[in-house]
Amino acid sequence: MVGKNCFAIACDRRLGVQLQTVATDFQRVFKIHDKLYIGLSGLITDVQTLHQRLQFRHKLYHLREERNMKPATFASLVSSILYEKRFGPYLCQPVIAGLDEDAKPFICAMDSLGAKELAKDFVVGGTASESLYGACESMYKPDMEPEELFEVIAQALLSSVDRDCLSGWGGIVYVVSPDQVIVRTLKGRMD
Amino acid sequence: MVRVEEPAKGGFSFDLCRRNAMLEKQGVHAPKCLKTGTTIVGLIYKDGVILGADTRATEGSIVADKNCEKIHKLAANIYCCGAGTAADTENVTDMVSSQLELHRYATGRNSRVVTALTMLKSHLFRYQGYVSAALVLGGYDVTGPHLHAVYPHGSTDTLPFATMGSGSLAAMAMFESRYKEDMTKEEGMALVAAAICSGIFNDLGSGSNVDLCIITKDGVEFLRNFQQPNPRTYVSKRGYSFAKGHTAILSTKVIPLREQVTIEEGDGMAE
Repeated sequence: MVGKNCFAIACDRRLGVQLQTVATDFQRVFKIHDKLYIGLSGLITDVQTLHQRLQFRHKLYHLREERNMKPATFASLVSSILYEKRFGPYLCQPVIAGLDEDAKPFICAMDSLGAKELAKDFVVGGTASESLYGACESMYKPDMEPEELFEVIAQALLSSVDRDCLSGWGGIVYVVSPDQVIVRTLKGRMD
Repeated sequence: MVRVEEPAKGGFSFDLCRRNAMLEKQGVHAPKCLKTGTTIVGLIYKDGVILGADTRATEGSIVADKNCEKIHKLAANIYCCGAGTAADTENVTDMVSSQLELHRYATGRNSRVVTALTMLKSHLFRYQGYVSAALVLGGYDVTGPHLHAVYPHGSTDTLPFATMGSGSLAAMAMFESRYKEDMTKEEGMALVAAAICSGIFNDLGSGSNVDLCIITKDGVEFLRNFQQPNPRTYVSKRGYSFAKGHTAILSTKVIPLREQVTIEEGDGMAE
């Protein structure tokens, strides 16, 4: 979700095999660099593989260019890595969030084939995405400060995952501003 | 032997196909991909070509993007509207746009619409319709204005007015009844906007706003959100307000990003 010169990205913590829960502390939002985060939902093996590939590509980029990748560039990179497997895709939906040099937030969601969906307010992904669309649509306000943005995204996440059997068991929210990152774990329903 | 990740040689990679088929049998379904539902239209008027598109992107029956861009730039004088699977239309148009730029450097001339048409149709035919992109291609080159419709299997139609997408029947009804040769710019824009609105209001896969693109010998006018017939009227002015501390938190970690390093005296670095 986009705020005023900041963004927030949140995920739930459940890892499961269809209806059976395997872990309740799974990390689904990954840091690419200080101001760029990617959340990956879907088949966990593809989540981990994609995360490793993207981290590899970013580290190589950093060594060659001697700077971090801009969020829009990174989104194009993810899109082409996903589209390369167009006929046998990674079963994963990324949500990318980053801050540009002039502290302008950038968010983007993709489907499993890499079709970019740029938005100015919020993007969602995962099994509870339909519920999340509704919650974010009603709770979102433009130009929120980091504290208020945290409350809104946390409430939207918790209310949506409570309506989805396959998501939940808490949440973790990253609120990124130009000078600091605040990581908070949420207390949610453990069912 | 360790397989190092080599830079991609281009084209598609099919190595996950077998695994995905096995997963499908075990009950793991592939997530629905983003389709553009869509009403896309084009028409030729007195001075050039007008392209129009709606702005809704759907994921199954949910609206994923209320204001997406379906008119893609292939060259300064050639634009293309895309319907079908969003990833396919975006990637096919980006690819042809790059190929056209290389072609311009090789030939030293401005691109022609038939060049873009041939590149698109041969790529789509090669993949026998599996690259699901239905396009309305329009442009103004040295030979005049051109408008083509390209189907996912690789066939093309060259027409004075064309419609594609799920809303194509609604839009074609408007065109068939009101199209005439040599329309003025205002008449053309009004007819295209009316055809897209007909798609927006009558077809469930199309919605939101109308985008227009007018291509003439003198240049291109890209009117993003030319008409917005579906404003969001149900917004509550108060909205939700969550007081600070409303959400239950288990732990907090603050990571400062900028490390302030100040040089007190002397040179910064020893030479």
